[in-house]
Amino acid sequence: MSTTMSTPTATDAMRKRTRLFMIGAFLVAAIAFGVIAASGINQNLVYYWTPTDLTKAGDKAYGATIRLGGMVAPGSIQKHGGSAVAFEVYDGGSRVPVRTSTVPPQMFRENIGVVVEGTMVRGGYFQSNRLMVSHNNEYKAPEKGHTMDQKQLRKMIEASDPAKQD
Amino acid sequence: MAQLGRILILASLLASAAGALLGFAAGRTRSLDGLKWARRFAYLYCALIMGAALLMEYALLKHDFSVSYVAQVGSTTVPTWVTIVSLWSSLEGSILFWGFVLGAYILVATFLTRGQYAEYQPDAIGVWLSCAAFFSFLIAGPANPFITMPNPPLDGPGPNPLLQNHVLMAVHPPFLYLGYVGMTIPFGFACAALIKGRLGHGVLKPLRESLMLPWIFLSISIMLGGWWAYEVLGWGGYWAWDPVENASLLPWLTATAALHSIMVVERRGILKGWTITLVQASFLLVLLGTFMTRSGVFNSVHSFTQSAIGPTILGFLAAALVFSIALLAFRIDKLEVEGRIEGAASREAMFLVNNLLFVLLTFTVLIGTVFPLVVEAVKGKQMSVGRPYFDSMVVPVGAALLFVLGVGPALPWGRATRAQIKKALLPPIVTGVVFVIVGYLANVRAPWTLITLGLGGYAAHVTLKEMFLPMFQRMKRGDTVAAAFVEGQLRRGRRRFASYIVHACVVIAFIAIAVSSSNRQTTELHFQKGQTQQASGFDLTFLGVEERQEPHRASTVAKFAVSRNGKQVATLEPRMNHYERMREPIGSPDVYTTAAGDLYISLSNIDPAVETASVTVFASPLVVWIWISVIVMGLGALFGLIPARRERAAREAKEALAVDTTPETA
Repeated sequence: MSTTMSTPTATDAMRKRTRLFMIGAFLVAAIAFGVIAASGINQNLVYYWTPTDLTKAGDKAYGATIRLGGMVAPGSIQKHGGSAVAFEVYDGGSRVPVRTSTVPPQMFRENIGVVVEGTMVRGGYFQSNRLMVSHNNEYKAPEKGHTMDQKQLRKMIEASDPAKQD
Repeated sequence: MAQLGRILILASLLASAAGALLGFAAGRTRSLDGLKWARRFAYLYCALIMGAALLMEYALLKHDFSVSYVAQVGSTTVPTWVTIVSLWSSLEGSILFWGFVLGAYILVATFLTRGQYAEYQPDAIGVWLSCAAFFSFLIAGPANPFITMPNPPLDGPGPNPLLQNHVLMAVHPPFLYLGYVGMTIPFGFACAALIKGRLGHGVLKPLRESLMLPWIFLSISIMLGGWWAYEVLGWGGYWAWDPVENASLLPWLTATAALHSIMVVERRGILKGWTITLVQASFLLVLLGTFMTRSGVFNSVHSFTQSAIGPTILGFLAAALVFSIALLAFRIDKLEVEGRIEGAASREAMFLVNNLLFVLLTFTVLIGTVFPLVVEAVKGKQMSVGRPYFDSMVVPVGAALLFVLGVGPALPWGRATRAQIKKALLPPIVTGVVFVIVGYLANVRAPWTLITLGLGGYAAHVTLKEMFLPMFQRMKRGDTVAAAFVEGQLRRGRRRFASYIVHACVVIAFIAIAVSSSNRQTTELHFQKGQTQQASGFDLTFLGVEERQEPHRASTVAKFAVSRNGKQVATLEPRMNHYERMREPIGSPDVYTTAAGDLYISLSNIDPAVETASVTVFASPLVVWIWISVIVMGLGALFGLIPARRERAAREAKEALAVDTTPETA
């Protein structure tokens, strides 16, 4: 198992070249990994937005994956055939129409905090494939005429059950 | 009682700080008396911190609400098992429990290494007790559970309902802590080796064994976490790349890499600095994981509150990082290199590839986990990295690891001839092809799953052949099967047998994970009472709704009869649990498990008045094999840790191994 180090200079030079080659290969691999990882992250970002953010963003909102949080606006829930539901999410400032194809969870009703994940589509509504009811017990409905605390709202979006990402 | 607790914690802080200083001083002066005293302080620390944790457990069981932590999580209405596990159900208690586990580890490690490794032990004790001092400080200050309540309440709210929802939540945290905290011990040995500038054979054994034990616990805890998510969260899966899950996976990846590179150090005397770096990284990632789960930077089921604890842990993480890097920078040159890698087709080269893949995985997961935090800190924008990133990055690297797992053990150490390599690498391909064909016939179509099956079959062939090599060699020499099995597998070469058991379980786990995720069927159904509908080859009949009362919760249960080919096989009862403390109910799925696959019903909506229910039905093949393989893997690794009866026997076994496996000693 012992190694003999008394090798002629020719193999020494060769070993040096191999070593340089190894380092080069390693660097190339590391850079490739960095590029792949960066683009992978970039394509799969999920933004946490409130209806106010979404309205402000205008055209930029189209296409990106967004987790939108707010309250179910009173009187806005419409059942379509099957499990499809349409409603509006508001935060006192702005309203965003949402359409979702999934069965709404047990607690879904008016004036409850919800988080929907999906994308803004050109038809002018938010197409969602996930609907979560906020489990935040301290959550309060906004008083009339006041906008909801955006900070608190963001916290709710962040706290929405991340395990159900499917 | 609260005051006694505070005194114990402060005393443990003093004992650990004094012991740490003594340890480092004794390491410097090589004073045996100093070492003796450092050891005594280590024992004292362990007694004090474990006493404090037991005192808290006593206060919980006695429902002494004058202790702040009991008032916070205790309740007279919950079952006793919930009261016992309340110790680790909330932030302050869980850090006290951390202290308890750390005390137990330091006690055992100090006791088992007494009188040996005199070169490394003082510094190792110094490092362990420094960590201990930090956690005692945390318990004494920001996370103090022993505050006296001026007006003790008559009853408390009980622990977080999500934690009461399933018994797995009672066992998952202890395993996680045994895994997490245990990484302190190999970290101590690694730092001691750097301080001494020598990673000789003397310290390799305690380093390897003290890394193996927490690795076993961490493996099982990761599995338990996935199993809990599967049984409780109701989305039909077990792994979502949630930051909390990633936090437990990261140190496991580096520790697995380190367990492999240690073998290269043992055999070849190379990769010493690399191995030490991996061990240190495992401990640092444990601290990072603790920070991520305990500070509330990610709000999820596991992060309980926001408090001063986060910044304190972050400060300690920074200090440990600087300490590790400084030690590496100043000392890594002192570690002597005793050999080199002979060729690309050798076992040590495969070990190196394995290590690079594990590090690649670690970076992939780390970047995806930490990126949103960095963006939020810098730009104030909130976001997360979606699951497809992790899946698309991790699956190919995982397949490459499975490839190395198959090829590595087939190749000999050092140089091998072309004929040897061909003979070792070609036959297993047949098994790989067989696995792919069987998979294809069983409706597997996803390319990555078929690749996994092929590589898994290859690896299974190599693993089984290598596993029973000593036994077959004895049988060739005329031993009976039983005698050859006992001598070749159980008494000698235990470590070898154990490591191939682990490999075999990894192959099973890989296949089960791949097949269960690619061949899962999901059906959404809406039921009226008495209605029967089909899902994935099963007939489901909705029998109706039942309301149930338990002391700590009320449940609305939907009853389903499950039958296959006209024969009833199970009754499933997915339910909504209502806890007093929570406004919304928590859904709880129910699972019918068979060796071939699971039928999983999750309730999305139930109306008790008219007895209708909306459910999602998941049929996932092979899921149960994930849990089984990880449990067997842990048991197998544990078997490998059983010491030989006498040191002499161990030496003999080593010689026998060297003779037995002739191609390996080329």
